[in-house]
Amino acid sequence: MPVFTDPTRLLALTAFALLSALAGADDVDLAASCGECHALAAPAPGATAADARLSEQAPPLWYAGNKFRQEWLEVWLQHPQRIRPAGHVPARHTVSTDDGDQIDVESLPEHPAFPAGKAGQFAAALSRLRPHDALVEAEDYTPGSVAMRMGTMDFRRFKGCIGCHRDREETGGISGPELAGAWQRLQPEYLVSYIRDPRAWDPAAAMPPPGLNDRAIHNLVNYLRVIAEE
Amino acid sequence: MSRILLVLFVAVLASGALAADGDALYRTYCSQCHGITGHGNGINAPHMSVVPRDHTNASEMGKRSDEDLFKVVAEGGSSMNQSILMPAWSGLLEDDDLHALIRHMRALCCE
Repeated sequence: MPVFTDPTRLLALTAFALLSALAGADDVDLAASCGECHALAAPAPGATAADARLSEQAPPLWYAGNKFRQEWLEVWLQHPQRIRPAGHVPARHTVSTDDGDQIDVESLPEHPAFPAGKAGQFAAALSRLRPHDALVEAEDYTPGSVAMRMGTMDFRRFKGCIGCHRDREETGGISGPELAGAWQRLQPEYLVSYIRDPRAWDPAAAMPPPGLNDRAIHNLVNYLRVIAEE
Repeated sequence: MSRILLVLFVAVLASGALAADGDALYRTYCSQCHGITGHGNGINAPHMSVVPRDHTNASEMGKRSDEDLFKVVAEGGSSMNQSILMPAWSGLLEDDDLHALIRHMRALCCE
């Protein structure tokens, strides 16, 4: 089971993330600017996945430096676009209708945009939040390729990722983050490691581990690369 | 240091104040496919090749024991020769959470 069942390890991660965030205060104050919505520290020791998830307002950023590509962060913060079509916790934005559940788009929060200089400072500060270097270093992944047809079938039919994620615009479930742009947005080792065990990264993860072997995970990540570069 | 302690204190308070029950768990994890009301019409349903189970259907739900429901929720649809789109939640949720979900599903269908 994940490292988060170990209180000592969790406390260490929490302290690391907090100190890292505070260390960036010379450039930008992450706690003041981002902390109102985004978690900058790991959830409290002992919190269940459900407790942790329900306490969040927005995607956590306490491991942003291991997750995002810094160059992508800098651009996105200047021109933010929605990554999660239904928000971070979809149920908060879901209404039941005669045509099935729908997202109340008006209830989804908009992320503020920042000027280039500030966006660069935020991206740099967030990229210093790296409590999961060990998880990244544990991966042995070399980007490869996969035939588009096979990758699409794998993503949609065999692994069922399509249930929650889009791999093309307007194609796929909307409760999870869109993945058409995942390769540009996320570090490759993060993708591999997170698919392997989401809770090792985040006790508040909403995605259950799919139980895939290395080859299957690498094929999926290769597919995310292929669709990003098509 | 006081700032760090304050953040930790608030985090502990927040997690303790939001103990999850079956309804909250269902809304957070199941409703995306099975719907807020459990009718199988969640926000992801239109994009799925297999229609999610309608948990309000007493006839269908009556055919499944609590043990069967626990197995399919914990180990995923493929463990019961059902849709692979139903993931195995035991890797994310605790057994107590899963039992709370089963009780909530029984309430949806049969109370």
